[in-house]
Amino acid sequence: MKSKFLTIAAAAAALCYAAGTASATTLDDVKKKGFVQCGVNTGLLGFGSTNDAGDWTGFDVDYCRAVASAIFGDKTKVKFTALTAKERFTALQSGEVDMLARNSTWTMSRDTSLGLKFAGVNYYDGQGFMVKKSQGVNSALELSNASVCVQTGTTTELNLADYFGVHKMAYNLVAFEKEEEVEAAYSSGRCDALTTDASGLYSIRLTLQNPDDHIVLPEIISKEPLGPVVRQGDDQWFNIVKWTHFALLDAEEAGVTKANVDEKRKQAQDDKTKGAADANYKPQVSPDIARLLGVDGTFGEGIGLSNDWAYNVLKQMGNYGEVFDRNIGAGSKLQIARGLNALWTKGGIQYAPPIR
Amino acid sequence: MAVDESLPRTVSAAPARASLLYDPTIRAIVFQVLLAGGLIAFVVWIAVNTVTNLRRANIASGFDFLWNRSGFDIAQSLISYSSESTYGRALIVGLLNTLLIAILGVILASIIGFLLGIARLSGNWLLSRLAAVYIETLRNIPVLLQLLFWYKAVLSVLPSPRQGLQLPFGANLSNRGLLLPRAIGGPELVDTGIAFLFGILAVVVVGQWARRRRRATGQPFPMLWTSLALLIGFPVLVFLATGAPLAFEFPQLKGFNFIGGWNIKPEFMALLLGLSLYTATYIAEIVRAGILAVAHGQTEAARALGLRPGATLRLVVIPQAMRVIIPPLTSQYLNLTKNSSLAVAIGYPDLVAVFAGTVLNQTGQAVEVIFLTMVVYLAISLATSLFMNWFNRRVALVER
Repeated sequence: MKSKFLTIAAAAAALCYAAGTASATTLDDVKKKGFVQCGVNTGLLGFGSTNDAGDWTGFDVDYCRAVASAIFGDKTKVKFTALTAKERFTALQSGEVDMLARNSTWTMSRDTSLGLKFAGVNYYDGQGFMVKKSQGVNSALELSNASVCVQTGTTTELNLADYFGVHKMAYNLVAFEKEEEVEAAYSSGRCDALTTDASGLYSIRLTLQNPDDHIVLPEIISKEPLGPVVRQGDDQWFNIVKWTHFALLDAEEAGVTKANVDEKRKQAQDDKTKGAADANYKPQVSPDIARLLGVDGTFGEGIGLSNDWAYNVLKQMGNYGEVFDRNIGAGSKLQIARGLNALWTKGGIQYAPPIR
Repeated sequence: MAVDESLPRTVSAAPARASLLYDPTIRAIVFQVLLAGGLIAFVVWIAVNTVTNLRRANIASGFDFLWNRSGFDIAQSLISYSSESTYGRALIVGLLNTLLIAILGVILASIIGFLLGIARLSGNWLLSRLAAVYIETLRNIPVLLQLLFWYKAVLSVLPSPRQGLQLPFGANLSNRGLLLPRAIGGPELVDTGIAFLFGILAVVVVGQWARRRRRATGQPFPMLWTSLALLIGFPVLVFLATGAPLAFEFPQLKGFNFIGGWNIKPEFMALLLGLSLYTATYIAEIVRAGILAVAHGQTEAARALGLRPGATLRLVVIPQAMRVIIPPLTSQYLNLTKNSSLAVAIGYPDLVAVFAGTVLNQTGQAVEVIFLTMVVYLAISLATSLFMNWFNRRVALVER
């Protein structure tokens, strides 16, 4: 009896030890599962929400799909976990999700002390205020002594305290955990102003009963660079997410869209074969596109993917401009202008390193 | 060779060794030491494992964050707090808010619960039916729904500040809260405070003297009037003598909200009402059980002595019922304290909402924050149950 117990105990200990030391990379895990587990917003129209049919749509959702396209060539190979502001980082830290695309602001404390890494900025945003038109307020500086609704556990809360402190204005804070509760309190009149990222304000305004009764005040009181987040310690996965974002930007810069990506690739392939044969051959597409679409070079192998990883992303999702327009830009209900998020060649600051 | 039965058995060295191994006391000690050692080793292993894994994942660990600047404001606080304060101070603010709700909720729930329980047993058919309907309805609906009901359905229909309901004494009711005039005392108000404390002491001393005199001589003493005179009359005299140093600050509507006055926020009111009314139903049932547990013979004997129903209840039944009531009452008080953590759903900044919500998210140190929150709740609950157990022993009837 004693020896049997000892052997079982020893076997259990050995199993625990073995399980503890097994360390597969995130890409291996994702390939084994067959899908990317992505953390998104519980319901922010335009960025991450479910539509009437129950499908996930949004700017951040499309980023998750882009990563899945890069790995599997199929944008449907992704499962979504709706995360509130409070649980989003803990879910990523603990391994519950593989990546987080949940309009999260890139700050130093989040980048350094949480064991996480931000893989680029997919939306340059700032914090603003929304008030009812009937209040007759035209500037955030007139909000002294107002009640302001905010979501807890966000950079919004901190920026609000800083802004009102710097301008020596008093305010009454009304803080809730969930964005839906914040919106409900604002629309019921519990507070005079609602504050969150400007993109969120436009999104929320659409969901209110009379969108035209509300205005977004002109002041942008903070920098909110929003981007996807991954865990530290896995450089390959970090590179995959980061370069997916850069591929979307490089494609828009090169003029490659979802509609013409096949044609461009064929042209690049023609260029390669015909250029090798004929020294005076004039290429149809620039070498940037050839490198982007995997016709030239082996860049995919450097991040553990096939060489047509960017082609897959563009074929499934389109370029950055198309993703933007579809979800939050001119082709959507939010109608947010490109503004800062235009390409650097078009007056904005979205700039991606070259794929070469 | 067989042992000679006629010789007395002697304890030799070999049997002594065997008895050490099989001695029950020694075995008990050895196993307890092993178990205690195993438990401590397990706890240490868990702690070391957690710290190692946090370090490996580059997640900040340790309790140093408590001394960092918080950067956020809290909607209501009993002590001074600003965005310049530390996370540790935010913890204290959340804790005080939780204790405020817990203490006020316990008092309110007990009063309503006792009245309800007695009403449920009342001979008046309408009263007992109404109490039964109230108890059955509120007991069976989840408390979160009740809190949301009170907050959204009731308090949302209150008017905006500009159309606030004007109440007497300059008070105002709107969806920003119940505004009351704030009393600002001059420095002489301290004398009135001292007089009040003196009055409490005097009531206690006089009460004990009166009770001893009644036990010895049987003479009653008008304790109620004396108490009122000492507790209220005497401080009021001192107050008037020192020149009535009390000014009132009335709430003024300026721009968006009221300035000045004392604001009782709708989140606080909703939480207090919702929790108290919900817990009161459970306390009512406990009180009913306690009263029914007292033998009916007691009531009959009391009536036979000529005591009216009110006096019977107060002097004979309730003191005996308290034995049965107090232990489950402790559980209900603990439930109320822990249910106050639902405040996060309606925006009241209690411990969970402030510390395990905002601070956790801003610092990212989930393990330390949740651990501290659990320790605080454990401390509150243990303190409550210690106090209730002491109270139980104090009011326990000594039977012959």
